[in-house]
Amino acid sequence: MRGKPVIEAKNINKYFYSPEKTRVLKDVSFQVKRGEFVSVMGKSGCGKSTLLYILSTMDTDYEGQLLIDEEMVTGKKANRLSQIRNEKIGFVFQFHYLLNEFSVLENVMIPGLKLNKKTREELEHVAMEKLRIFDMQDHAMKKANQLSGGQKQRVAIARSLMNDPLIIMGDEPTGNLDKKNSDIVFNIFKELAQEFHQTMLIVTHDQEFAAGTDRVIEMEDGRVLSR
Amino acid sequence: MKFSLILNMAKALMLARFKQTVVAAIGVVFSITMFVTLLGFMNGLNKLLDGLVLNRTPHIRFYNELKPSLKQPVESSDLFQGYYHIIRSVKPSASRTSIYNNESIMRTLAEDPRVAGVAPKIAAQVFFNVGATDVSGVINGIDVEAESRLFAFDDYVTEGNFIDLKNTNNAVILGKGAADRMLASIGDVVQVTTAQGTRVQLKVVGYYQSGLGDLDNVQSYASINTVQKMLGENPSYVTDIQVKLHDFDLAPKMAREYEEVFGIDADDIQTVNAQFEAGSGIRSMISYAVGITLLIVSGFGIYNILNMMIYEKMDTIAILKAIGFSGADVNWIFITIALTIGFFGGALGLFFGFLAGLGIEQIPFELEALPTIKTLPVDFNPKYYLIAGVFSLVTTYFAGYFPARKASGIDPVDIIRGK
Repeated sequence: MRGKPVIEAKNINKYFYSPEKTRVLKDVSFQVKRGEFVSVMGKSGCGKSTLLYILSTMDTDYEGQLLIDEEMVTGKKANRLSQIRNEKIGFVFQFHYLLNEFSVLENVMIPGLKLNKKTREELEHVAMEKLRIFDMQDHAMKKANQLSGGQKQRVAIARSLMNDPLIIMGDEPTGNLDKKNSDIVFNIFKELAQEFHQTMLIVTHDQEFAAGTDRVIEMEDGRVLSR
Repeated sequence: MKFSLILNMAKALMLARFKQTVVAAIGVVFSITMFVTLLGFMNGLNKLLDGLVLNRTPHIRFYNELKPSLKQPVESSDLFQGYYHIIRSVKPSASRTSIYNNESIMRTLAEDPRVAGVAPKIAAQVFFNVGATDVSGVINGIDVEAESRLFAFDDYVTEGNFIDLKNTNNAVILGKGAADRMLASIGDVVQVTTAQGTRVQLKVVGYYQSGLGDLDNVQSYASINTVQKMLGENPSYVTDIQVKLHDFDLAPKMAREYEEVFGIDADDIQTVNAQFEAGSGIRSMISYAVGITLLIVSGFGIYNILNMMIYEKMDTIAILKAIGFSGADVNWIFITIALTIGFFGGALGLFFGFLAGLGIEQIPFELEALPTIKTLPVDFNPKYYLIAGVFSLVTTYFAGYFPARKASGIDPVDIIRGK
């Protein structure tokens, strides 16, 4: 299985139209293979987040082609894209984005409930397992807003793993954390890469973080410099 | 799509904004309560007022009208066939007011499955002789049992027992107004002169009060045999045949039909009492309009609250979409919220509306003119509850529809990046 491309971007161009037409991504092409831990580096404004949202299928307004798991997703209907996101992509944001209305356990379970392939009991079990990886099982019944920032991010990563996705995408997942918590989160990612061979694509401008990944894609001014 | 998940999401969002949700639901409760109460009360009153006249009015009345003959003798003559006939001073013919062969007519009518009952009647013009003066009036000869079964005669006999009319010889039930004028109390004997000049002594066994003053001043009732005797007619003498139908909407058609068959005049209730129909129609239209307005106003309340909720929960919606909820799922979540508010608000509203109806029914309402009514009338027709229930769901659905569509169109990238 190793070596098969999980994500393949071909000549992706993206324009912003307000205030005036600017080209923010210029012929971006690269691949992420199964099991790779890739980081995307670049100064702020270089288009790395924009690229990530295109790769995550949430942004569909671009030119070029995108394949996920060797399936062409460019031009697919919104419903199918939702399915792909639910099933194949785990997402970790800079701000933790847990749902405050639900408990920690439920937050982790929601992608599984949405996928609807296991019973509620099975999903609860899986969610507890995921929380245990991050040592968060004792907080399972708390409401999401009762956690600290670092804890929230760990829960968010557990949620992204819920459906055993093909790839985890992160948009500066350590950007909003202090040094200590950011180290914890980084170690979690490393562990996922080494022990579970989880494919990951993480956008960051943290040099130290990037240095610990398998491969660094460097971006500048909408172009990929090295891959 | 798994509905229990949608339901779960909707529940969590509602609980997160519990106060607002409750306020929205109270709006629905209030409007449904008012809708049901208003319609029930309004239609109760309508039924009462219509019943005042319609219950006692036969659906079809057969009679012989006193009128000039349509065909004058000159028209039958061959000699004047090609001429214009100009006849002056035509008078009604001396035809009989009694209905010819009425027994077989009544039998035919009674066998018709559409007919609920048939009652014969004789109307006789009389003078009540009170001392030196005469009071004019009408004595209706009725089949006492049929009359009370079909036209609720017994309800309007306020004093005395209506069945005495049948069981006592030469008995009369006087209209309340007429009795007051004659100072006749129950057990007294009054003297009556008929149009033919015969004098009869009648014993007062009760008072009749319909609630319509004009009627009570003039109308009195006796059994059909008594009136036949009074007029010196034989037992087959009947001037009116009154018919009550199962479905009174058939009256005009059946009146025409039997008019043809029997060759006598027939009046149907719709033609005679058209203004009652129109009046009650307009009254219920007004109450429907008020009720529906209330519901629409509460719909705007729900619309506002859902819009607020969507603005506050942008992050939640964005995250749901990012982890794989489709626009349709998000749409359903908000529609579910709206329908839940509508369902529970509506159910409570129906319940409170029912209670309000019961309450109104306890309020005393006694009028001299309405002897059978003791409290305010309320109509508990399930139709109003059904309409209110359906409307509460329909308005809340539409109130939720636009906010839900907006929520489903939210672009998660905008929200997540804009932070």
